[in-house]
Amino acid sequence: MRGNHIVGESAIRAGCRFYFGYPITPQNEIPEYMAERLSKVEGGVFVQAESEVASIHMVIGASMAGARVMTSSSGPGISLKQEGISFLSALELPAVIVNMSRGGPGLGNIAPSQSDYFQATRGGGHGDYRNIVLAPNSGQELADLTYNAFNLADKYRTPVIILGDGMLGQMMEPVELPPEIPIKKLPPKDWTLTGAKGRPSRFIRSLILDPFEEEEHNWKLMRKYERITKDEVRYEAYLTEDARLILIAFGIAARIAKGAIKRIREEGLKVGLLRPITLWPFPNKIIKEFTKKVRHFIVFEMNMGQMVEDVKLSLEGMGEVHFYGRPGGVIPTPLEVARVITSYYYQKRLG
Amino acid sequence: MKKVFSRPKSLKTTPFHYCPGCGHSILHRLIGEVIDEMNIQDRTIGIPPAGCAVLAYFYFDIDMGEASHGRAAALATGMKRALPDRIIFTYQGDGDIAAIGTAETIHAAARGENFTTFFINNGVYGMTGGQMAPTTIIGQVTTTSPGGRMVSRDGNPINLSEMLAVAKGSAYIERTSLSSPANILKTKKAIAKAFRVQMEGRGFSLVEVLSPCPTNWKMEPVEACRWIDEVMSKHFLLGVLKDVTGDRKDAH
Repeated sequence: MRGNHIVGESAIRAGCRFYFGYPITPQNEIPEYMAERLSKVEGGVFVQAESEVASIHMVIGASMAGARVMTSSSGPGISLKQEGISFLSALELPAVIVNMSRGGPGLGNIAPSQSDYFQATRGGGHGDYRNIVLAPNSGQELADLTYNAFNLADKYRTPVIILGDGMLGQMMEPVELPPEIPIKKLPPKDWTLTGAKGRPSRFIRSLILDPFEEEEHNWKLMRKYERITKDEVRYEAYLTEDARLILIAFGIAARIAKGAIKRIREEGLKVGLLRPITLWPFPNKIIKEFTKKVRHFIVFEMNMGQMVEDVKLSLEGMGEVHFYGRPGGVIPTPLEVARVITSYYYQKRLG
Repeated sequence: MKKVFSRPKSLKTTPFHYCPGCGHSILHRLIGEVIDEMNIQDRTIGIPPAGCAVLAYFYFDIDMGEASHGRAAALATGMKRALPDRIIFTYQGDGDIAAIGTAETIHAAARGENFTTFFINNGVYGMTGGQMAPTTIIGQVTTTSPGGRMVSRDGNPINLSEMLAVAKGSAYIERTSLSSPANILKTKKAIAKAFRVQMEGRGFSLVEVLSPCPTNWKMEPVEACRWIDEVMSKHFLLGVLKDVTGDRKDAH
């Protein structure tokens, strides 16, 4: 099944009945799949909006009404959605936003890239907020993480970003799809706007004119982010037990890196892989832990060096960090990455 | 003693913060009265804007969800699609709906989204201090059209309601004003009709309301009302711009 289709199907199985989007390559198969599928599901709503800006605000409207709702786009479109993502955070509304990112900045190209890491993990829009950012690296993970994204969004009342790329979106892989949740089984929400029938009226707003109240709202968000940081960090450690050099990569780059490490291991080099699955919250504790046994780290990203900053922050000055980046939509082969790792390994006399 | 006049129960007891002579308080009250009279308080959801009326959720005793500047029509689209049996309205000023939110509004109308918009037109950005709006008329002085709006420098104002009337999906568009008791009563009837159009599922409905802003117009309230009648409503003609219901052409 194609990556973009996996996202759509998993979303529907997670109880998503509302999709608002706008075409942009390389994610067009998501709106196409949702248009087809939602037209055949009871209560399904698909709207192709007039813009990315409109689509994210349609997401806000449906989310206020209590619906599980998704939108998707790629780099330039995600930039346009930032206004709404900031509002979703401030209004404490759940939503799932998929970015099948492409080469940038500007229009860039439609090839896979990881250059939207900063935008996704730093919030992206205005104000002090964070998004939960999930970085799948396979068709199976697209299925599992899309499904989980809706649960996380509802649990914390916060937007969740799935940061994929053009390659993941287009790639076809066999996948075991999650079971379908009946809409009635979804946990109830006690904050939605549905009309004040049999209860006092409610409002949802982000304008808080009193600076002390706004400060308190920011603290409230911060406490939520601390809970997320404590409970929701996910990562995969691969062959790190005996490693003398650890490679850190996320998403499709980690998939390539794994291939490289398998190749290198055959030659007896002790290299492991740490793959953050949540880019925010970032697995900084586990990375710091490695410094008890390992001194050398290589960060490999398909950009000019973004996650490497989080790695350095995690290490707090312990350990040496080397960066290998390929921007612009170039997909390096496992062989190329293996050469970089091998050369560094010997240069540092690790074996 | 018999009670002959009271606060609509769809309004909270919070006093309005609006300036003396401002039209927002009147329009809030009219909407509240209509919600009461139609007995729809428990199934109406309002979407307040960015601008002077942003605090509308302190005044209306109904569910309300705030939209960012210009995005109310998109938000209402998502909400109404999720709650098709509720009555949903957006409340937007001229800068909100006719400048930054033009795309959202035109497309919601064209699609025929079944919600109602109250478009309060006072020809200025009130909240931010009286800058030029998309509906500032030629010659009108604002803080960003010093000496009066000039076509050569500032371009022409926009008649959004006329544009929306052309859209296939709009069902009912009327322009009214708050300049006199008679016009206020007409506005109330238009509000009720717009809600009825929505309840009948006919598509997009909008009432544009010419409204005084004495503070930013630098006029006395009475003078401001006179200016609406004598100047503003010559540029923005009052009346029904579109009505697909087949009722009498003029609802009044």
